[in-house]
Amino acid sequence: MPVAKPEPARKNAFQSTDAELSRKFLYYMALMREVEERIERRLYRQGKVLGGVYVGRGQEAIPVGSGLAARPDDIFFPSHRDLALYFIRGVTPKQVFAQYMGRRDGLTQGRDGNMHMGDLSKGLVAIISAMAASVPVAAGAAMALKYQGKDSVVFVYFGDGATSRGDWHEGINLATVQKAPLVLVCNNNQYAYSTPLDKQMACANVADRAPGYGMPAEIVDGNDVWAIYEAAKRAAAHARAGLGPYLIECKTFRMTGHSAHDPADYVPKDLFQKWSQRCPIQQLEKRMLDNSWASRQEIDALHQQIKQEVDQAIEQAEQSPYPDPSELLLRVYENEA
Amino acid sequence: MLTSYVEAIREGILEEMERDPNVFLLGEDIGVYGGAFKVTAGALERFGARRVIDTPISESAIVGAAIGASFMGLRPVAEMQFADFISCAFDQIVNFAAKCRYRWNAPVPIVVRAPCGGGIHGGPFHSQQNEAWFAHTPGLKVVLPATARDAKGLIKAAIRDNDPVIFFEHKALYRKIKEEIPPGDYTVPIGKAAIHRVGRDLTIVTYSAMVHVAAQVAEIVAREGISLEIVDLRTLVPFDEATVLESVRKTSKVIVLHEATMTGGFGGEIVARITEKAFEYLDGPVLRVTAPDTPVPYSPPLEAAFLPDADKLLAKVRWLAAY
Ligand SMILES: Cc1ncc(C[n+]2csc(CCOP(=O)(O)OP(=O)(O)O)c2C)c(N)n1
Repeated sequence: MPVAKPEPARKNAFQSTDAELSRKFLYYMALMREVEERIERRLYRQGKVLGGVYVGRGQEAIPVGSGLAARPDDIFFPSHRDLALYFIRGVTPKQVFAQYMGRRDGLTQGRDGNMHMGDLSKGLVAIISAMAASVPVAAGAAMALKYQGKDSVVFVYFGDGATSRGDWHEGINLATVQKAPLVLVCNNNQYAYSTPLDKQMACANVADRAPGYGMPAEIVDGNDVWAIYEAAKRAAAHARAGLGPYLIECKTFRMTGHSAHDPADYVPKDLFQKWSQRCPIQQLEKRMLDNSWASRQEIDALHQQIKQEVDQAIEQAEQSPYPDPSELLLRVYENEA
Repeated sequence: MLTSYVEAIREGILEEMERDPNVFLLGEDIGVYGGAFKVTAGALERFGARRVIDTPISESAIVGAAIGASFMGLRPVAEMQFADFISCAFDQIVNFAAKCRYRWNAPVPIVVRAPCGGGIHGGPFHSQQNEAWFAHTPGLKVVLPATARDAKGLIKAAIRDNDPVIFFEHKALYRKIKEEIPPGDYTVPIGKAAIHRVGRDLTIVTYSAMVHVAAQVAEIVAREGISLEIVDLRTLVPFDEATVLESVRKTSKVIVLHEATMTGGFGGEIVARITEKAFEYLDGPVLRVTAPDTPVPYSPPLEAAFLPDADKLLAKVRWLAAY
């Protein structure tokens, strides 16, 4: 019987074959899905996670494809739907759960909640809650890398709605004038909270805005992790070569409400239906199977392993103490412990 | 040799750039033109376009980029062309820069320079003293030098500080104040008030250009036998409460003087601290002399009526001294 011949294994920039890289993609996408599933649909509903919960269900390919295209010395400015970037940089699920539960082992030790977290030593800049405010900050970080003669680049992430803010435009304009090594990654999930794209902007694509800044842009399938990976490689190469910022618009869909309290009644049901057929994780698995990069059993085993990892992480996070009220006044300024 | 307030700031900045290759400048028209007030004149010629960056008109991006560059280990000094336009960068300053250390232990060692104040017929958009907006935001340091000596020492301290500093330079002082300053490298500590004039009978707590109004009044009332002590705060945050209270305990009478408008001004905070912590030492009400609660008007008679001056202070000093 003829066996489907796998595509020849190519070596990518990090010396892993397509099969290895696919497994990495799958691991981080499935880990993000599982962690966020628990946070949004269990811990939040159990009252163990308080406040706002924003997840990237259906958008996992974006942080994973771009995050793995980046070099370890590149800097990330994640948006609120890019949890996988934290895992790629070595933040653990336990730290993430502890963060969401306001515990001391969270990345901000209870100072801030949910994905409002960062760690400069891992090249992760904590999200700035005001949409698009991270763009000028990322521009400045990119200018600094150039100033220092480094060839690292900065990746900044945002949604379609954020592109309406002045900071987005100011930041990109400054970065393009300065030819700063900046990769702009837009998750165009077609909604900003309840506001659909056509109430957000009068042009068809976020990418249409790029020529106004003299900046290249491309539109990619936001549910195809390989396509995002390749686009991010091109973007990073452009920025690293000193040619300035580069925009990637990832067309995708937010497969949940804006946040955990939001049932998203304003989204037509058939849209969820349509996009559920295009789940980035299932699409990747199909490709892996088609190319014999992994077997069904291997894939199932990976999911099983992630579930266990996540169970354990939740258990550990729940054992993490709350911060003590005596810490309230500390570290507003330097030398306050 | 006498050094003006503007020269003092310039000297401080250039010396810091010389000392630390991580220090760089960014802002509108600061390079080729040397800045709207020429504070950075000569910097571009000396340090080149890499370290003296003329930016687009984008206050939010200027401050945002400064924050981002500071994360990478640089020490940016950002210029706002006028303190009034700092409102365009407000979010970056109060919601991001101020909170990074507290939220996620990320220091933001930036300086935002803001030419402030009236008396130059700048009208409502080029004359404000808006320091109180920032004093109300924990995480920021707020500095307002009144003298050339302090201007140089404080800008150098601000550049070396590991927290975000909003540095208010009074436009009317740039070329009006000239004095002997110590040669070469020195800093003035942030968070320390100065006794600008030692006195016995009544304390004026003030800062920025109003220090000079207080000094004028002190000369006048000295001839009437009233001895004024002037506390120049120099820094609002951190607030040097100890120095203020010490002076109050000595004189038992206080007037708080600032150019900013009254309601919600920093003066209210000073008065509250004094009444909370030195009430039993007071021999009279704690008074305020400030601008009234209006925008800063343009026309000379209106602006003169708006700004606190020697006559307005004098009346209150005489009243309180006789109390
Ligand atoms: C300046 C500002 N205004 C309002 C909000 C509240 N808010 C948080 S997320 C959001 C929608 C963002 O939409 P988009 O940028 O498309 O990102 P998405 O959530 O779809 O990924 C809004 C309005 C905010 N965070 N910042």
